[in-house]
Amino acid sequence: MRVLQALAVLMLCLSFSNVQAAEKELNVGFIYVSPIGDAGWSYAHDLGRLGLEGMPGVKTSYVEAVAEGPDSERVMQNMARKGYDIIFATSFGYMDPMLKVAKQFPNIRFMHCSGFKTADNMGNYFGRMYQARYLSGMVAGGMTKSKTIGYVAAFPIPEVIRGINAFTLGVQAVNPEATVRVVWTKTWYDPATEKEAAKSLLDVGADVIAQHQDSPGPQEAAQEKGVYSIGYNSDMSAFAPKAHLTAPIWNWAPFYRNVIEQVRQGTWKAESVWPGMETGIVDLAPFGTMVPKDLQDKVMAAKAEIVAGKNKIFVGPIKDQKGTVKIADGVVAPDTDLLGMTWFVQGVVGTTE
Amino acid sequence: MFRIRITKRQERRGWRSCLVVLTAIVLSLVLSGILLALRGTPPLVGLAVLFKGAFGSRFAIEDCLVKAIPIFLCSLGVAVAFRLQVWNIGAEGQFALGAVGATWVALSFPDLPGPILLPAMIAMAALAGGLWGMIPAILRQRLRTNEIIVTLMLNYIAILFLDYLVYGVWKDPTSFGFPMTREFSPQAVVGRIGSTSINWGLAHCLVLGTVVWVFIRFTRLGFELKAAGDSVRAARYAGIPYDRLVVLVMVISGALAGWAGFLEASATINRLQPSIMAGYGYTAIVVAWLARLNPLSIAFASFLLAGLRVGVENLQLDLQVPAAFGGILEGLILLTVLGGGLFTSYRIAVRRN
Repeated sequence: MRVLQALAVLMLCLSFSNVQAAEKELNVGFIYVSPIGDAGWSYAHDLGRLGLEGMPGVKTSYVEAVAEGPDSERVMQNMARKGYDIIFATSFGYMDPMLKVAKQFPNIRFMHCSGFKTADNMGNYFGRMYQARYLSGMVAGGMTKSKTIGYVAAFPIPEVIRGINAFTLGVQAVNPEATVRVVWTKTWYDPATEKEAAKSLLDVGADVIAQHQDSPGPQEAAQEKGVYSIGYNSDMSAFAPKAHLTAPIWNWAPFYRNVIEQVRQGTWKAESVWPGMETGIVDLAPFGTMVPKDLQDKVMAAKAEIVAGKNKIFVGPIKDQKGTVKIADGVVAPDTDLLGMTWFVQGVVGTTE
Repeated sequence: MFRIRITKRQERRGWRSCLVVLTAIVLSLVLSGILLALRGTPPLVGLAVLFKGAFGSRFAIEDCLVKAIPIFLCSLGVAVAFRLQVWNIGAEGQFALGAVGATWVALSFPDLPGPILLPAMIAMAALAGGLWGMIPAILRQRLRTNEIIVTLMLNYIAILFLDYLVYGVWKDPTSFGFPMTREFSPQAVVGRIGSTSINWGLAHCLVLGTVVWVFIRFTRLGFELKAAGDSVRAARYAGIPYDRLVVLVMVISGALAGWAGFLEASATINRLQPSIMAGYGYTAIVVAWLARLNPLSIAFASFLLAGLRVGVENLQLDLQVPAAFGGILEGLILLTVLGGGLFTSYRIAVRRN
């Protein structure tokens, strides 16, 4: 009996100290779709999470390799029950599960990356990666000799199609005759398949390989063939130092820090945000030494224009593959069109199916 | 000099195999504790967090039961085939086709009342899964193909067919190009039991488990299965229609996996999407072996492995142990339990010369 009493007192103390800690500290949970060792998408988000660790009174944790669907709902519920204050979910398929959990826990803030649904306590966010894609396209266009650039792409969804289009517009800005050949892998993270896809592009004469994948497989294929490559997500130069020209990269830390600050100050609102390069959320990785100085200068000048809001990239006239004008002369494509983009611009070889 | 003699035991003792399984599980936990210690996580705390996440609260147990449902049904089916020494590795594909069959009914007749719609979905799922299981059975008996290879290959075909449907004709037009069908109508969703998060699929499991147990234990066909599994030639001599038995077990096996696919689509995801394929069909094989093909043990083993998967998420969240640890622990348990089988079926004597 006495033991039981002692135990009860101990439990009470423990739970009390938990409550106190929760008042002082913000607990931030992240949920990732792949292992953080992927060097890609989840790795980039985890760098963002680590960027919060230095903030006073902020504690973070994560669960990796969580399948979209019921598994993710359970993980988010677990976080919510443990008293996490802010939960970030970083894959499209987490959207509906998050919406369900958000309704059950109205006092917790939920942030979903890459979706479109919101609730009173759930916002969504993404970055204008297409801006960095455009710049990396300029680098590829400046470096290609065969005028054929290969693009290993994941799934024909608007995000990827938009990226390919922006990349191609960048290529054409410095090399109007070059074409971009697209191969779909239907995988986000499958190093072997993605490497093979890159090889198939090399076989048809591509001498720069770009990618929208989370594995560095295509980088390795380019290095083995002795041609150039453009990475994605994070600086992938370690995987292919001789091939890696640059990469459009995510830099989530400033954005996440900003969200935490907003929550602290009570200014956080559940809304859809789509910040661009001017906030630093997307950027270009450092150039490889093989990129000549004048090309570097040209790209950096274009970057300055994008940051200043002078180059919106999807500005007409822009034609689709058949030559039909999709964006009229002088018109800036509205965000809704960009978010639902399902057609390729002229100069892309491949289909969106 | 020592000599080790291994002889087959004539009699089997129930309590002894129980003891061996428990020892094996403890051994695998000790080994994984060492792994935890090697990466700097206090092993006892780690294992405690794992168990707390898996079985330590009402929510945790509910989550485990939900996760155990599809594993149990797939495993029950696989075990029926294994009894006849027919190696069905194809539960994954049969599960996929079951989900496709159920989804077809749900999308085609969304307005039917639940008491008609749900049985129709179940019938279609079991039919699709059963027919998919019948193909390798017929090939095996007619053309002497190896069912391990054929069932494995058919998995890829089934999963790619599912992908084809959700990326193509069944894609929800409002999903921004993402691969998923429309959400099922409320009548097509298997509901939850009371205020718990457990769906009525648990009741399906109880009924089906009992039916299978009665079938293999008390019916003539069930006895024929066991006899033919022990010796094909003796069975043929006794006039047991072996070819028909093979087809029968594969159809039962496939139908049960298909039923699991129906429950997963209807009860937990409420739609069809590629992430429905979480590897339950393969986990089922592990479970069937751990349970030595006994339906009641399969229920326990499914719950245990489901708990392991759920618990590892807690381990990640609280102590940031990588997701791969769950897979390692699962492999260790299988290895030690199967290795322990040596001590239950054989007598080991050490003699000094």
